[in-house]
Amino acid sequence: MATSLYGASEAQDVICVFLEREGDTLQRVSLELLSKGRELADEVGWKLAGLLLGYYRMLPLMGQAFEVGADEIWVAEHPLLKTFTVEAYTSAAFQVIMNRKPSIFLCGATPNGRDLAGRLAVKLRTGLTADCTDLRMREGGILVGEVTGFGGGVLALIKTPQHRPQMATVRPGVFPLKPPRTERVSRAVEIISVTLDEAQVRTRVVEQVVGRGADITQSPVVVVGGRGIQGRFDLLRQLAELLGGEVGATRPPVDSGQIERERQVGQTGVVCRPKVAIVCGASGAFQFTVGIQHADTVIAINTDPEAPIFETADYGVVGDALQIVPALIEALRNSRVAVTSG
Amino acid sequence: MTYATNEPHLVVCVKVVPKPEEVRVDPQSRRLDRAGARSEINPPDLNAVEFALQIKDRFGGKVSILSMGPPFFEPYLRICLAMGADHVYLLSDRLFGGADTLATTYTLAQAVRRLEPVDLVLCGEESSDGATGQVPPGLAEWLGYQQITLVNDIEMDMSRRTVRGRRERQGGYEILEVPLPAVISVKTGCNEPRFWDYRLKPWAFAPERVTVWSASDMDVDPEFIGLAGSPTQVVGLEQAPSRERKRIMLSGSPQEVAQQLAARLREVLPLVP
Ligand SMILES: Cc1cc2nc3c(=O)[nH]c(=O)nc-3n(C[C@H](O)[C@H](O)[C@H](O)COP(=O)(O)OP(=O)(O)OC[C@H]3O[C@@H](n4cnc5c(N)ncnc54)[C@H](O)[C@@H]3O)c2cc1C
Ligand SMILES: Nc1ncnc2c1ncn2[C@@H]1O[C@H](COP(=O)(O)O)[C@@H](O)[C@H]1O
Repeated sequence: MATSLYGASEAQDVICVFLEREGDTLQRVSLELLSKGRELADEVGWKLAGLLLGYYRMLPLMGQAFEVGADEIWVAEHPLLKTFTVEAYTSAAFQVIMNRKPSIFLCGATPNGRDLAGRLAVKLRTGLTADCTDLRMREGGILVGEVTGFGGGVLALIKTPQHRPQMATVRPGVFPLKPPRTERVSRAVEIISVTLDEAQVRTRVVEQVVGRGADITQSPVVVVGGRGIQGRFDLLRQLAELLGGEVGATRPPVDSGQIERERQVGQTGVVCRPKVAIVCGASGAFQFTVGIQHADTVIAINTDPEAPIFETADYGVVGDALQIVPALIEALRNSRVAVTSG
Repeated sequence: MTYATNEPHLVVCVKVVPKPEEVRVDPQSRRLDRAGARSEINPPDLNAVEFALQIKDRFGGKVSILSMGPPFFEPYLRICLAMGADHVYLLSDRLFGGADTLATTYTLAQAVRRLEPVDLVLCGEESSDGATGQVPPGLAEWLGYQQITLVNDIEMDMSRRTVRGRRERQGGYEILEVPLPAVISVKTGCNEPRFWDYRLKPWAFAPERVTVWSASDMDVDPEFIGLAGSPTQVVGLEQAPSRERKRIMLSGSPQEVAQQLAARLREVLPLVP
C-alpha cells in the first residue's frame, strides 16, 4: 500500500482546523469545527490548532478562534493569500501541514473548503472522509467519520487507519457552537512562512458578486418548502416572518432556481436545529430529513397520506399546503400572537 | 467572444450508480443490498455530458466518455454515445475495485494522461452513491490541471486557451477564468440533458465504440489503485438513529387544522399574545 507523506509515528498529537474567513469574521462552520475539535482533543489529551491563511487583519480572527477553544493558531501570511484561490491556498496549507504534521485535519464542507480539501488530500496522499454528519474519536487517536449513505437511513463509519493527516470535511450546522470559553491559558500564535509564486496562481477572478449568504442553521423556526408547494415561497415567507423564523427548501426548488441555495436543507444543504420545523410539500427523502433530525418539533403538511415525511414528524396534516399555510397565517394573525426572540 | 481556432478534446467522467431509492440495507448483515436495485447513469453526470455536447456543437472537436467500474457499466455508457459523444473508455479490472477517492482519482487521472492532449475534463457535481464531490479537485491535483467546481455556465475560448465558469456563491455568484487544460464540475440540474438519438443507436452499440482498459493496459502503480491504494476504510454501516417523533395526525378543515397547529406552536414557542 502506498503511504502518505508522513505516517502515524511522525504525526503530532494535534487536531488542526482550517479557519475559513468571510470578510472580517470566521465562517461559522470553522467555529463549529473548533467547538467539536475541542471536545475530541480533550478526549485524548491533544492540542487543538487553527490554520489561518491570509494577508493583513488576521488578529480579530485569531481572537474568535481562541474563544471557541483553539490552543494554537498557525498563521501563514502572504499577499497571494489575500483572496481564496485553490492553487495558493492548497500550496500554503500543504506547506504548513508538512511543517506541523497534525494527526487530524478538519475543514468545512463549503465550496472553497471542498476544493481545498480535495486537492490537499491528493497532495498529501492521504484519506479524506467528506461531508461527515458526525465525528468520533477512537482509541489511539483514530478519527471515525460518519457519513450518510443511500436513502433508507444508512450511516457508513469511515476511518483512515494508517495515513496522516486523517482528513474530514463537515457540513455547516452539523455541530452546535459552544459558548465562548475564557479560561484557557495556552494561546499561542505561530507564524509559519510559506513560499508562493505568482506564476502558480492561474485562476483569475473575472467577476465576484458576494451577497450576505442567508444562514438558516441558527433560526429558531424553519419553514421548509418542497416541490409540492409549487414555488409559493412567498406564502412560506409570511409564515416564517410571523414566527420569527427563516424559510428553507428541499433540493428540487433550489435546483430549479426558485430559492437561494443557502436555504437548502439536507445532506448536500445545511443541517439546522430549530425549535420547530414546518415542512410543506416535501416527501421526506432521507437526504432531506437528515437536515431536520435535530429539530425539537417537526410539523409536516403533505397531500399524500403515505408520504414518508409523516414518519419523521411530530404533527402531520394530510392536505394541501397551499390552503393550510394561509389558514395558519390567518389563525396566528387573528390571535395576534407574536414571538419573542429566543 | 473569440471562436475556436482548433477543436477541443473534451473528456467527461461518468459513473453508473444503483438507483438510490432501490437500494436496501439488509437488517441482519447491515450491508447494502444493491442486487435488487436497477442502475442508471449518475444523474449529475448527464448534465456534464450535455455541457460537453454543447461545446462540441459550437466548436467541433470530440467528446470522450471516461468511466471506472465493472463491465456491466458498458451498455449504460453507450447511451452517452447515442447522445452524441464519440468514444467510451471503460477502466475495468478487479484490481480497481474498492477504490476510495484517492485511488479513483489516481486511476482516472492516469487514463486522462493516456488520452492527452485533453482540453477540458468535465465531471458531475457528485455521485449519488459516493456523494462527496471530491473526485473533481482530486483529479485536477493528480493532473496538475486548473479547476473550477460547481459551474452552472461555462465559456471556452480556444484561441486564448481559457475557460470561464460561473458558479453560485453565498447569495451571489463569481466568474472564474483558468487556462486550459482544466477540470470542471458541473452544477446538477443546470441544463436539460438531451435525449439520446435512436438513429445513433446502431452506431453507438457497435463494439469498436468502447475501449476497455484493464490495469495492465494502463500505466498504473499497483500500490495506488483499488483497495490497496485506498487509505480510507469502511468500519461499518449503521442504521441512522431516527429520533423518536410523536407522529400525531391532525385532521379537519384547513381552518380547523390551522387552529390546532397554532395551538401546538404556542406550546413549543415562547409566544406572546
Ligand atoms: C446524493 C444526493 C444528495 C441529496 N441531497 C439532498 C439535500 O440536501 N436536500 C434535499 O432536500 N434533497 C436532497 N436530495 C434529493 C432527495 O433525494 C429528494 O429527491 C428530495 O428531497 C425531494 O424533494 P421534495 O420532497 O421537495 O420533492 P418530491 O419528492 O417530489 O415530493 C413532493 C411532495 O409534495 C407533496 N405535495 C404535492 N402537492 C402538494 C400540496 N399542494 N400540498 C402539500 N404537499 C404536496 C407530494 O405528495 C410529495 O410528497 C439528494 C439526493 C441525492 C441523490
Ligand atoms: N468511478 C468513476 N468513473 C468515472 N467518473 C467518476 C467516478 N467516480 C466519480 N466520478 C466523477 O466524479 C464526479 C463526482 O463524484 P464523487 O466525488 O464520487 O461525488 C461524478 O459526478 C463523476 O463525474
